[in-house]
Amino acid sequence: MTIRQLFLSACMAAMATGATAEGVKVGMITTLSGGGAGLGIDVRDGFMLAVEQSGRDDIEVVIEDDQRKPDVAVQLADKMIQSEKVDVLTGIIWSNLAMAVIPGAVAQGKFYLSPNAGPSVLAGKGCNPNYFNVAWQNDNLHEAAGAYANSARLTNSFILAPNYPAGQDALTGYKRFYEGELAGELYTKLGQTDYASEIAQIRAAGADSVFFFLPGGMGISFMKQYAESGLDLPVVGPAFSFDQGILQAVGDAALGVRNTSQWSKDLDNPANTAFVESFQAKYDRLPSLYASQGFDTANLLISAVEAADVGDQDAFRAALKAADFASTRGDFEFGPNNHPIQDFYVREVIQEGDVFTNKVESLVLESHGDAYAAECKM
Amino acid sequence: MTRETALNIVLMAVLLAVPLAAWSLDEPFVITLATRAAILAIAGVGLNVALGLGGLVSFGHAVFFGLGGYAMGILAHHAQTYTPLMTAPFTIDGTTSMPVIWLVAIGVSVLAALAIGALSLRTTGVYFIMITLAFAQMVYYFAISWPAYGGEDGLSVYVRNGFPGLNTMDPIQYFSLCYGVLALVLLGVSRLARSPFGLMLQAARQDPERVEAIGQTPYRLYLTAFVISGAITGLSGALFADLNRFVSPTMLSWHMSGEIMIFVILGGVGRVFGPVAGAALFILLEHLLGGLSAYWHVYLGAMLLGVVLFARGGLYGLLAGREVAHD
Amino acid sequence: MSLILLAEQTLNGLQFGMMLFLMAAGLTLIFGVMGLINLAHGSLYMVGAFIAAATAAFTGSFLLALIASLAAAALAGVLIEMTIIRRLYERDHLDQVLATFALILIFSEGTRWVFGSFPLYLDIPDALSGTVTLPFGVEYSLYRLVLIGVGLVIALGLFLLIGKTRLGIRIRAGENDREMIGALGVDISRLYTLVFALGAALAGLAGALIGAIQSVQVGMGEPVLILAFVVIVIGGIGSIKGALVGALLVGLTDTLGRFLLPKAFALVLDPSQATAIGSALASMAIYILMAGVLILRPRGLFGGAAS
Repeated sequence: MTIRQLFLSACMAAMATGATAEGVKVGMITTLSGGGAGLGIDVRDGFMLAVEQSGRDDIEVVIEDDQRKPDVAVQLADKMIQSEKVDVLTGIIWSNLAMAVIPGAVAQGKFYLSPNAGPSVLAGKGCNPNYFNVAWQNDNLHEAAGAYANSARLTNSFILAPNYPAGQDALTGYKRFYEGELAGELYTKLGQTDYASEIAQIRAAGADSVFFFLPGGMGISFMKQYAESGLDLPVVGPAFSFDQGILQAVGDAALGVRNTSQWSKDLDNPANTAFVESFQAKYDRLPSLYASQGFDTANLLISAVEAADVGDQDAFRAALKAADFASTRGDFEFGPNNHPIQDFYVREVIQEGDVFTNKVESLVLESHGDAYAAECKM
Repeated sequence: MTRETALNIVLMAVLLAVPLAAWSLDEPFVITLATRAAILAIAGVGLNVALGLGGLVSFGHAVFFGLGGYAMGILAHHAQTYTPLMTAPFTIDGTTSMPVIWLVAIGVSVLAALAIGALSLRTTGVYFIMITLAFAQMVYYFAISWPAYGGEDGLSVYVRNGFPGLNTMDPIQYFSLCYGVLALVLLGVSRLARSPFGLMLQAARQDPERVEAIGQTPYRLYLTAFVISGAITGLSGALFADLNRFVSPTMLSWHMSGEIMIFVILGGVGRVFGPVAGAALFILLEHLLGGLSAYWHVYLGAMLLGVVLFARGGLYGLLAGREVAHD
Repeated sequence: MSLILLAEQTLNGLQFGMMLFLMAAGLTLIFGVMGLINLAHGSLYMVGAFIAAATAAFTGSFLLALIASLAAAALAGVLIEMTIIRRLYERDHLDQVLATFALILIFSEGTRWVFGSFPLYLDIPDALSGTVTLPFGVEYSLYRLVLIGVGLVIALGLFLLIGKTRLGIRIRAGENDREMIGALGVDISRLYTLVFALGAALAGLAGALIGAIQSVQVGMGEPVLILAFVVIVIGGIGSIKGALVGALLVGLTDTLGRFLLPKAFALVLDPSQATAIGSALASMAIYILMAGVLILRPRGLFGGAAS
């Protein structure tokens, strides 16, 4: 062995030990400023709670604010990959930002764990072995709502959503499972705040129920105006408009509304009970759906870090795919396209003292995957 | 050499030196930031032709920025998925060649600027500000609700488009390309400002009646300026979309129009190199303040306010004096 | 489609227009008298809504909430007028745009800092909830009817204020010739502060009234701001009458467009395509209206004086 070879092998040994000691570096790009900040803050807090509880000091998390702007998100992803040299990216809330960042990130050999957005393209033709969705495929909660409508014997739904891809997916998802008639179908303007016109049409349509997907402030506005309009048809929607962060702002208007979710704070499993308790203790507020997804995302990551070294991509990928962690939603596994196969519940909005929250009513879809898995070739 | 010329040289030298230093220190993200500044500077230089030389306060330049971006997105999308752009009456294929994309981006922007300008220039003052905004909003809502190219999700392109002789995925090479385009645009606009057309345009800004008296039609001057302005901003949109390898309706939003306008005002209205200073400062502030606190927009707002209140005429007004100030 | 539905939609359009008028009136006064483009007008609307929500949560009284929102928005208006806005009157529009844009950033993140990142709760008072039955069997929300009424009362009040009072004479004089009224011994800087506070108070009131049926959240002022600008440009800048007509036009176009366009397309296209195209066109409708008005009447419907 020459001196040079000796030197080289010494270097390699140093690098190998260095890699294990370094642990894993995570880049979190999420929305922390502006109107949508509540969701990003919840995901971040849930994620960091899990990291803290694991007691590991080999997980380093770099957090940046994307301001809900796709170009800023892309720029931050470049920064995380080029300067921070992260191994795993996560954190994005919105589908359009996810579409801007994820394909590029996984093409550069990084892992991406989605704590919220699940656009259909990335579940189907655009799937990637390094992309794992820990929340749901975008259609899932709407499919569950359709299934619930059948079981509740609703036969004449009026459905509405904003006129943009996630809104179109929502109505498609609902119709995929719903078997009744449609009393009407409406697309609203994105960011619309007044729904008097739509509510009047619902009133005139002779529907027996309303399904809507209006995330964020749009949903709050719709529910308040719906309650004030005197209409009392049953309302069904995905959990986004009835989640812990915004329920207090909707108030009485949401009481009794059925909404579909893969998680609820009263789901009875040890992981969830511990999560709800520790989240409340640490942040002094009830956890939301988004917080649970952030928490699960971190625990998935931690389970993979325990099983494999992130430097060994194949082993790490296999460890992620095994999903060997205690999810707050109970059973959780990945389908062939790295999207969850999980149970979906319908929840009812109730009041506990001064606080509005949700209570699980029944299971509507068991071990449900998504409609795009067949298109995924990887 | 005037102080303004000296400042121009320093500015361009710094914009070149920072990414080169970052390259040697292996800090690719700094290069990306500099590329972003260079591209946004081009957009500002474009707006400045209408705003600074012609006095046309367009609050809808995001239209051209976004159209340029979509020109890139759509052409590259079709090329990468091997689907023709259109088949009847004749077949047009997509492309991943930057020069072709740039030409298309400029062409589309010219057409849009002709149509929007021809209608908008019937109004003046605040009415002009708002009618340009109205056209931008129409295109924005159209892009959001039109499903063919992703709607609000936008359009991702997985690889940056190609330029003969360059590896555009390499940050420093793409920066050089954008820097070169910026330099060419600046050269062109400087010459334009001193050309008979440019002088006549500035005269029309100051006193339209007198220009009319010597046999020129201010409307035609304004329209030409608006079209040139839109074309340059459209080109920068194509570069910006290639930087992010992504285009979405955000590029068409009124926030974007506002941001481009801020680059111009920050730098100094009517100064050819002003938007370069404005864009660079804005990116720098965004980057430095972003790490400071979760409420960093407050600091950004305060800084902007400080510039307006205490540095009249923008950075150039502050640093180069007011000898050729905008009236 | 029944006539009752059409009547209800027309009422909805009127109500939307009336609320736009509250925003637009302040904006157009401030522009007319001081020549100032105030992008931060939407922030005052947001301040009104947040203060109303906080007051209602604290006291439980909607009336107190309304008063608090008026006072808080007026106070915020006076504060920024005296510290910042005042320095901008002599500047060109561009400096005003940049400075008031900076104010939006400060207000939005400042509000988030004080009230947190989650939307607040504000509901209509029990006395105004529920529906009433109008002639011809139109069932309509009482609160929205009250909103139409409030809008009409304020419009009337503004016309009287501008037309009949000493302050109104000064405001009109200020719109026509700024130097002149200074020369006549009117304390012009006090007049400006007063006008700005009036505009701010109207925006704050609109925020509180609308906040009760919408989401009270950071950034809620921006879409309304753009719409208010559309309104005053259609009506002609500086004209209260123009603001009223413009607001009703925009309100009706938006509401009826959203309602009728998809139906119109459904006559020739299949339903889901018609919904998509109709909705897309409906979201562009008010901008098409505005461009159309300006192409035909470059100074808006009632705009006379140079801008």
